[in-house]
This record gives sequence, C-alpha cells and structure tokens, in this order.
Amino acid sequence: MSGIFNFQQVINSIQLGSIYALIAIGYTLVYGIVKLVNFAHGDFYMLGAYVAYFTAMFEISRKDQPNVIIILLISMSTGALVAFLSNRIAYRPLRYKPRLSALITAIGVSLFLEYTSSAMPFIGPSFRPFPDVIQTKQFHIGGAVLTNYQIINVAIAVTLMVVLTYIIKYTRVGMAMRASSQDKDALKLMGVNLEKIIDFTFIIGGSLAGAAGLLAGITYPRINPYMGIIPGLKAFIAAVLGGIGNVTGAMLGAFIIGFAETFGYAINSVIGEGIAYAILIIVLIFLPQGLLGKKTGEKV
Amino acid sequence: MKITKLFTNNRKLVLFSVIFYVVVDVLHLTGVLNDYWIQITNVALINIILAVSLNLINGFAGQFSIGHMGFAAVGAYTAGTLTTIIWKLGVANSITKYLLFAVALILAGVAAAIVGYLIGLPTLRLRGDYLAIVTLAFGEIIRVIINATGYVGGPRGLLGIPKLSNFTIIFFVTLLSVIIMRNIVFSTIGRALKSIREDEVASELVGVDITRYKVLAFTIGSFFAGIAGALLCHLLQIAHPTQFGFIGSINVLVMVYIGGAGSISGSIVAAVGLTFLSEFLRLGIDNLNKIAPFPVGPEWRMVVYAVLLVAVMLYRTAGIMGGREFGILVPEEEGKNATGSQA
Repeated sequence: MSGIFNFQQVINSIQLGSIYALIAIGYTLVYGIVKLVNFAHGDFYMLGAYVAYFTAMFEISRKDQPNVIIILLISMSTGALVAFLSNRIAYRPLRYKPRLSALITAIGVSLFLEYTSSAMPFIGPSFRPFPDVIQTKQFHIGGAVLTNYQIINVAIAVTLMVVLTYIIKYTRVGMAMRASSQDKDALKLMGVNLEKIIDFTFIIGGSLAGAAGLLAGITYPRINPYMGIIPGLKAFIAAVLGGIGNVTGAMLGAFIIGFAETFGYAINSVIGEGIAYAILIIVLIFLPQGLLGKKTGEKV
Repeated sequence: MKITKLFTNNRKLVLFSVIFYVVVDVLHLTGVLNDYWIQITNVALINIILAVSLNLINGFAGQFSIGHMGFAAVGAYTAGTLTTIIWKLGVANSITKYLLFAVALILAGVAAAIVGYLIGLPTLRLRGDYLAIVTLAFGEIIRVIINATGYVGGPRGLLGIPKLSNFTIIFFVTLLSVIIMRNIVFSTIGRALKSIREDEVASELVGVDITRYKVLAFTIGSFFAGIAGALLCHLLQIAHPTQFGFIGSINVLVMVYIGGAGSISGSIVAAVGLTFLSEFLRLGIDNLNKIAPFPVGPEWRMVVYAVLLVAVMLYRTAGIMGGREFGILVPEEEGKNATGSQA
C-alpha cells in the first residue's frame, strides 16, 4: 500500500460517506419542505447511537447474540419518535412566525437533547465504548482490509436509501412531499394535510438519522452525547453541496465530503478537519445553489 | 463625534453609570463585595459587550451569526500574544502597561474586524441560514487553527497573559462600547440596518446598499467582539480554545434572544442576568450534589439555558424587552416617540 491514494482509503470513504448521506437526507428533506435548518438533526443521530448501545448491552447481558436488524429498528424508531416530538413541541407552533425564530428554537432543541443526555446519570458526559454486536471478520482484497462491519454498514445505508427513493418517487405520500416543497398553497387546495406531510418528513429524517447513529456506533465504536454536532454539521455541508432540498444531491454531496475528508486526513489532520468547511465556503461563493439544485430567483 | 456631545447627549446615562461605578467600587473597598463578586461583575460587563455587538448583527441587521466567540478568539489571541511578548521583555512599567493594553485592545478589535469583513463579504450576499452555517463552521475552523498553532499554546491555551484588565478599565470600555453601538443604532446606518431586517427587497428598492450595510454591521460587531475577547483573556490570564467554542457562542446568542433581538437594553439585562444566573446555578448544583443520591452534573446549567431559549422563542418571541429601549439609552435629542426599533 503505497502513497495516500489507495484502495483502502476508497473503502473508508464510501463507509464514511454512507453515514453522512443518511444524516444529510434528513436535513435536505426537512429544509425542502419547512425551510428550516434543523440543528437538532445531529442529535437524533446521537440518540440513535445511544439506544443502539443500550439495546446491544441488554441483549449481551442476557447472553443473547445481538440481532443487528432488531437494534436497527429500535434505533430508527427512536430517531423517528424524537424527531416527531421535537417537530410537534418546538417547531410547529412557530410555523408561521419569522424563519429565524424556528432556527433559534432548533438550536435550543439541539442543546436540550445534548445536555439532557449528558446530565442523565446513566448516559453521562464521557465516552463509552460501543460493544461488538457481531464477530469481526476481515477480508483482504488486493492489500486493502475490508471488515464485515463495513459491509453491513454500507449495505444497510444503501438499502435505506433505495427504500427512501422508492417512497419519495412512487408512493402517494412521497408525491405529497415533493409537491409540498414546490407549492404549499396548491397542496392544501388539493386537500392534502400539510402538517401530516411535515410530520411524516420528520419521521423519515429522524429514522434515517437514528440508523446512521447505529452505523456510526458499530464502525467507530466510541459514543458520547456530543458526537452528533460535528457529523451533523458535515452532513449539512453535504446537503448544501448537493443542492439543499434535493435528495439525490444530498447523497452525492455526502459521498464527496466522505472522500474529501478521508483523503484530507491521510495528508494532514488539520486538512482533514478543515476540508469540509473549505468546501462549504467555496460552494457558497461560487455555486450557492449546489451541484444538483435549481437556481431560483427571489420572489417579491 | 465630539467628545462634549457624547456627554451632553447622554447626561442621564453617564450620570447613572458613574454612580453605579462609584457604588460598586466603594462596596468593594469596604469589603461588602469580595473579589469573587467583582470577578463575576467583570465577566457580566464583558458579556454585555459581546451580547450588544451580536445584537447589532442578529437583532438590528437581521442576519444570523452563531460564531461570535470565534471573533472574540481572534481578538483575545491577538492582544494576548502581543502583551505577553512585550511583558516578557520587561519594558512595561506601571504607566506604559496601560498604554500597551490600550494598543492591544484596539489591535484586537481591528484584527477581529478584518476577519469579520473577510468572512462576511462572501456570505452576506446569500440568505440568512447560510450565514449561520458559515459562522458555525468559522468557529470550528478558528478552533482547529488555534489547536494546530504551537506558538500560541495549541490545545493547552495561551498562558501567562499579564493581568491588565480590572474593574475600572472593563467598566469604562464597556460603557464606551455600548454608547458607540447605541449611536450607530440611532444613526443613518442603524435605520438602514433595521430596514434590511424588515425587508431586504424593499430596502434595496429605496436605495439601501444592502450588502454594504450588512458587511458593515458584521464588521463592527466583530470589532467589539474582538475587544471583548481581549478584555476577557487579560482578566482570566489565559486564552483557551474551548473558551471560544460553540458553547461560548451559544451563551451569547441566548443572551441576545432572551433579552430581545433589536434591543440594546434587552441585551444588557440578559447579559447581566444570565451571567449571575449561571453562577447561582453553579452554586445550586454544587449544593444539590451534596444531598442528591446521584451525581448532578454541571450539564444541568446548559439544560436550563436550552429550555429558556426554546420557551422564550415559543411564548415571547420578541424577548424580555420586545424591541423597546430603556429611556436612559435613548439619545436625548431623539425625543420620546422615536424609540428606534418598533419591531
């Protein structure tokens, strides 16, 4: 394995990118419909990781072999539940107030989730090691090491993205979601309950974030209550890069960020940490609508 | 602006401030207020500068910056590095050290303003949410850069900064900063900013150069944040990257929105109130820890902040002051009905 650009890094990038993609989809869906940057989205991911941790520990304590599918479903429903509740409690009353108030509320919700988790005696502010949910197996492919964790990670992420694309493209509720991001008034005239569609959007976004939490837990096995902030920010950058509001764009952006970051870290840790932010600033200056976004003028 | 006009136009404000200053100083000298409370008062005063300067950007210009402590970090590290180097040379005596501090404060402000200008110019052309993300990312970048720069101490922090801040200096710098920002708010610039906040398209149509004014507000806000950072690091004698992180910025943001966006008085009330509240919470948590069956962490303080922020946004979106100002903060020639910002 010579040099920085090798096959191993490509595998790592795809894995990191798939986690970012699951978070970024939630950002972009919510932004597309409610026009809200949901800062708490990274914390849905964190809660997903913690619930996965507790479920796995519970199953291990009963001497059971942890079942990844069950843990995944529990993580996803936790993410969905918290997203649904935060929408109902904090965002919905502000729907027709100035957009900044909802943005500030989102920061408040994010802080609340982080610090309440961290203040809970059974979670605590420190790092916890994530247990091994399955036996680690390694496969050697041309000098690169591929673990079964990475395969599971990418497989789950891809499956969820396929299911999501199906929901958005081919179901009635998906059609309503696409319609509500285009014209809310026309949607209401068609007799669609907009609030139900928004609830559904939050549930989908939250469940994907919860799933990402589990995937991050099994592949980077250290979790703490503040783990959601930075991935949340990076995933948002991915959504902006892909064109915010565009689901395919969010996936594309997430994989680009994943690649850039993995290769950045291979060069230097400062570059690795900073490259996503540099991408954000370059995109905002030269391509504010993103890679796949439509350029829109402001209506008066 | 003429110095004399500064006083004739603000007789009540200056009078009340001097009375407050003398009272606190006398209480300190007679031992009623110990050094601990004076220290908290100093921090509260610095928070006033931070909150009012962020309010200029978020409340009056209607932009949404959430990385304010990043600019404070620029100021703190600029001034801290300068004074520490000169201090080690040993050339500063009891008089020139204050001259040195004055130069350091101004340089801190200028450095932060330049960084603010460079950040603001590309981003402020875009819609509000993007500025939020860029300033958030900027705060992270500053932290990464400081951590990677061994010369200013890296993750260990910049140590050995001389203690040049004291109550007198902090008080008068705060007073001057607040008066300057107040004057900006009540000037042509302030009116332009408020029009941008209310409707960007409409204000562009009546000839307000919106990008220029937004960048101007952002630069001025960063300037004062830099000064606040410099005061803070010379008070605590340390500049540490975590001090200027996301949580620090959120503290300032909470002050602005709880006090009321678009109200200088609100920012002052909230900065003082929350600084003391946070101390009381700390003491309360310490005491609770002695009796509670499980450890009560300092995280509860931030939980209270978060709940406050959400509750204020849900039930009183305009904040405590709701865009109004105290009478003594309104310039006397403004008259009673032109209180500036009826949001």
